[in-house]
Amino acid sequence: MLREIRPAIVLLLVLTAITGLAYPLAMTGIAGMLFPAQAQGSLIEKDGKVIGSALIGQEFKDDKYFHGRPSATLAPDPNDSTKTVSAPYNAANSGGSNLGPTSKALADRLKEDVDKLKAENPNAAVPVDLVTTSASGLDPDISPEAAQFQVPRVAKARNMPEEAVKQLVASNVQGRLLGLLGEPRVNVLALNLALDRAAAK
Amino acid sequence: MTMIGWLQIILFCVIIVALTKPLGWYMTRVFNGERTFLSPVLRPIEAGIYWISGVDERREQHWLTYTVAMLLFHVGGFLVIYGVMRLQAVLPFNPAGQSAVAQDLSFNTAISFITNTNWQNYGGESTLSYLVQMLGLTHQNFLSAATGIALAMALIRGFSRASVRTVGNFWVDVTRCTLYVLLPICVVYTLFLVWQGIPQTLGDYVEATTLEGAKQTIAVGPVASQVAIKMLGTNGGGFFNANAAHPFENPTALSNFVQMLSIFALGAALTNVFGRMVGNQRQGWAILAVMGVLFVAGVAVTYWAEANGTSTMHALGLTGGNMEGKEVRFGLVASSLFAVITTAASCGAVNAMHDSFTALGGMIPLINMQLGEIIVGGVGAGLYGMLLFVVLAIFVAGLMVGRTPEYVGKKIEAREVKMAMLAILVLPLMYLGWTAVGVVYPAAVASMANAGPHGFTEVLYAFTSATGNNGSAFAGLTGNTLFYNLTLASAMFVGRFFMIVPAMAIAGSLAAKKSIPPSAGTFPTTGGLFVGLVVGVILIIGGLTFFPALALGPIVEHLAMNAGQVF
Repeated sequence: MLREIRPAIVLLLVLTAITGLAYPLAMTGIAGMLFPAQAQGSLIEKDGKVIGSALIGQEFKDDKYFHGRPSATLAPDPNDSTKTVSAPYNAANSGGSNLGPTSKALADRLKEDVDKLKAENPNAAVPVDLVTTSASGLDPDISPEAAQFQVPRVAKARNMPEEAVKQLVASNVQGRLLGLLGEPRVNVLALNLALDRAAAK
Repeated sequence: MTMIGWLQIILFCVIIVALTKPLGWYMTRVFNGERTFLSPVLRPIEAGIYWISGVDERREQHWLTYTVAMLLFHVGGFLVIYGVMRLQAVLPFNPAGQSAVAQDLSFNTAISFITNTNWQNYGGESTLSYLVQMLGLTHQNFLSAATGIALAMALIRGFSRASVRTVGNFWVDVTRCTLYVLLPICVVYTLFLVWQGIPQTLGDYVEATTLEGAKQTIAVGPVASQVAIKMLGTNGGGFFNANAAHPFENPTALSNFVQMLSIFALGAALTNVFGRMVGNQRQGWAILAVMGVLFVAGVAVTYWAEANGTSTMHALGLTGGNMEGKEVRFGLVASSLFAVITTAASCGAVNAMHDSFTALGGMIPLINMQLGEIIVGGVGAGLYGMLLFVVLAIFVAGLMVGRTPEYVGKKIEAREVKMAMLAILVLPLMYLGWTAVGVVYPAAVASMANAGPHGFTEVLYAFTSATGNNGSAFAGLTGNTLFYNLTLASAMFVGRFFMIVPAMAIAGSLAAKKSIPPSAGTFPTTGGLFVGLVVGVILIIGGLTFFPALALGPIVEHLAMNAGQVF
């Protein structure tokens, strides 16, 4: 049995160096050369400043922008570090609400949000993704229905014809891969950037 | 449920079956020490590693020596992870300035990673430096996976060899698995993931000013290299808190699909390795068929339950299923499928929050883990777990006809059956025992996030996941407390090693037996009758053990939900 001690130490150290240092560092180098934009986090710049990542959702509250899904992410309470406070789209602390199907807190939240959205647009059914929090709290997408639902509000806030906003939404819908994988969706940040560009014209 | 949803599920199953044979062929060559197309590059490295660490690759080990070598290797792995976590504040690659991780959390995480569980009591981006992610977690993702596969190889050799005292060399198996199987796939896989959008950088967290002018700190890091092995090695520990639901760990529908495939690929291929080594590939296919029956049944239930939504949502007129805790790009089908895959295998990565699943949709992942994660299972662990159930099924079949049971040419006798029972009974002892403590001990009760039966399910899920070395969670439960850090660590430890040691004892005892040729009275183990028998034994043993606990949790919650009750 004693002869197993040396490999237990040396082999562990060698394999640790290979898999824990050489592999991730080499991959960082190669990935940075082959796919520099993605390796840095698919960042979007505007006027030389980073405004976010194409893959990470951000909070929109203004009526003239399309809104993303509710986010359940938290941040440490600035007044008491043992507690946390709500901080939607905190991209340094991802997470979901973890509320279960029989949770009263979830039922109350859903009712409040559905009522609010019904008041905003009484003519359409409320899309489920617009009142449910995502798993990561950073979902960059909404469903095409959720985008169409917000068209009247956005058009009104921007004094744009509804038809023009609708078309902008339609041109930002990403379909299923090969018509099969994933779900149709709209990237909220990309749509809002397109909206700003259209308004600037 | 939609047609296009089912097409995605069918496509997944077809590709897994198609991968099983070529991967099985390749892995068989690797573990038999034969030449592969990578040998010209890797053979000198392999030989160098043996030379420097004093391993004689031709010297094989007795099952006990093999097991001791494995245990020693884990002691070292534990110390490395614990050490870098405690010291991360003074070590390099720490741009976010993370401080030292607390003792109990470091202990829990170190046990978690050496046992291939990867339970996340740590917060990823909010707790760990890049060095810990690489040197602590990525490295053990490789080695705990390689260990699982090595152990499965030892048990396979027990079945395939006759009248010998040895079951292989642990050091050689681990090295070959890492160099020839895991690393080459991960290199290609990492580049694919970066192409899809996963970051791979050592740079600082990004400070962005959003379109509305708010500040957003975006955590990045060497993510892709860790995600590749966390999936392939069925580890599942996330770089980020939200795991594979985080857009940086799983950005697209394609990355999601490939991640699901990579969770099952090696585990499924090992059934083929088993078939090849015992001299009849149909033996492997029969085992994969048992796994397939249980898998498809689970997917159907979870997909149906999630597509149905909850009665709270119905009351508000919301259609489109239960999207709470799910990402739009995955939707209902890819979230449900992922949840069943990750718990059938002992991966534990999640692309949706299981805590927010419907009662029945969340019960299937729980059942998958309670059955012992034998539906493909963790790399290696799934196969040796399944072979334990096969031993029992064969024993039951032998009792029915009054003959000494045989399996692939080996007599299954009292010693094997006792060891198999020991391994299978240890699991419920851990998850039921600790759950009982968890729901009465005041400090533990405070950790529940949901009230009513859902809170009970959170605790049951935590201990089941830890014992099964899965690592997924009903994540509302506050796990980073002294009570849970210590009890979950004990469940992970017992769940891993008290299963391994009996499995290795069986390997040793089988290897020493003579091989007997099949006769007219031998029960055929490649047909539908055998598949049905094994499925039946799994469901009966599993059902008898955990049905009472399920009745208190998800089943009663489902009934309460239908009655419109909230807690």
